[in-house]
Amino acid sequence: MEVPSAPDRRYDVDSDGVRIAVHEWGHDQAPVLVLVHGGFDFARTFDVFAPKIAAHGWRVVSWDHRGHGDSEHAALYSWEADLRDAAAVFDHVSPGRPVPVIGHSKGGALMIQFADAQPYRISALVNLDGIPSKRPIPDVAEHERTKMLASEVSGWLDHRRSTAVARRKPGTIDELARRRGRMNPRLPHEWLRHLVLVGAFESDDGWRWKIDPSMRMGGFGPWRPEWALMRLPGLSAPFLGVLVSEVEEMGWGTSPHHVEPYLPAQGRLEFLQGLGHFAHIEDPDRVVDMTLDFFAEAGA
Amino acid sequence: MTVPITWLTHNRVRLALHHLKDGEGRTLLLLHGLGERSPAELPSWAHGWPGPVAALDFTGHGQSTVPRGGGYSSEMLLGDADAALAALGQVTVLGRGLGAYIALQLAGARPTEVVGVVLGDGPGLAGGPTEPTSLSFFSLHTDGSSPDPYALVELGRDLRPPDYATAFVRLAVQGSPLDEPISVSAVYRPAWLQAVTAQQGVAETSTADALTVYATS
Repeated sequence: MEVPSAPDRRYDVDSDGVRIAVHEWGHDQAPVLVLVHGGFDFARTFDVFAPKIAAHGWRVVSWDHRGHGDSEHAALYSWEADLRDAAAVFDHVSPGRPVPVIGHSKGGALMIQFADAQPYRISALVNLDGIPSKRPIPDVAEHERTKMLASEVSGWLDHRRSTAVARRKPGTIDELARRRGRMNPRLPHEWLRHLVLVGAFESDDGWRWKIDPSMRMGGFGPWRPEWALMRLPGLSAPFLGVLVSEVEEMGWGTSPHHVEPYLPAQGRLEFLQGLGHFAHIEDPDRVVDMTLDFFAEAGA
Repeated sequence: MTVPITWLTHNRVRLALHHLKDGEGRTLLLLHGLGERSPAELPSWAHGWPGPVAALDFTGHGQSTVPRGGGYSSEMLLGDADAALAALGQVTVLGRGLGAYIALQLAGARPTEVVGVVLGDGPGLAGGPTEPTSLSFFSLHTDGSSPDPYALVELGRDLRPPDYATAFVRLAVQGSPLDEPISVSAVYRPAWLQAVTAQQGVAETSTADALTVYATS
């Protein structure tokens, strides 16, 4: 495993009363490049990827989404709140100037909407396996779908009834790393241990992940994954979509043929054979070279 | 006149549940519209309800917590309403505007504990668009006062695709002991409510008639 590097700077930005933790790698006078993490991740999952980019002369900026990493646990979470928090960080690090952006997973999907709604903020956009597509649910009968929704909704409400006093399950560093390994089956144990050291905290009875215990995987709502695609054709910034061959739980399993019809005029796709959803952690050099070449071509 | 309040907890939010009337039997739970708060006293049309009548202030409204930094969704407010359900036991629900949309979701989510919902006119009935939009997002000036401007903006434009609303009708009809667990009294019917009204198990009726039926169900 390559040696991770802690950020060179760490400070807070206020997003209308919610404290957002910002992490920076590289020289503070270098041009800004923004990294956006995915759901259930945090900025320090870029501890190998970010310093490699910074070494090419960038001031790499990332932040922990509300409820994640070192950012405040908020009363409410939503897609729109995440976008406003992003705007607060962009306003702080690059007011009035567009910057190149790399978004991974949910962070990539967020940035598609960000680039559509506020195109003046982004000079070029790389999306790392973060283009949602319709879930490949096989044809199930209507009553089966209703049953699935029923259990999702009641399960979510039962969870909400417990969150006021909920805490994450404690464990040793190795136990937390093994638990995370279920979501990151392709990443080495040594790396997952590093994530525990920076993404969890130690208390009397063991280590716990910092992420807000009210957060839960899955869920329901009116939003549909394919809606992110609808914003893609109109993007004005140069766009590079990166998809991977190895499907795993944390990804959407989007294939090139899902995305190709929606690529914007200045857009293209790369398909990485042999890599999974966390390609930038599995093979950081390959992804760094590819994205920085793209930004250079785009003049970003 | 002030009525007794039970304080509920939904995650980090303290919710005010106002007890407007005592009585025997099932509670009638009132859910207010967007930007409103629970009524200070029993509305005249609820006098005939035989059981207790309670009213919930949603997050960011009335006496409930006004959180910082927004992030509202109908689903979060569904969690508010479910906290009231946990405190009250079996209920009939009457929702105005936004509260009607939440009442519909609650009827689908907890079909055996919600015995009839009445969906009425009120602020926030329409909600937002039914598909992706070009709406942008900006931070708002807030000073912690109620109602929360973020609630007004975010819940005024939350996505309400009709087929999402009708999924909750199906859940309610499948799980409820009633033949018609949903009554629509609203005069104005945005797309989601038109779709709901067209479903089996949904009655079109006045508020008074709906309450009479549910009181004896």
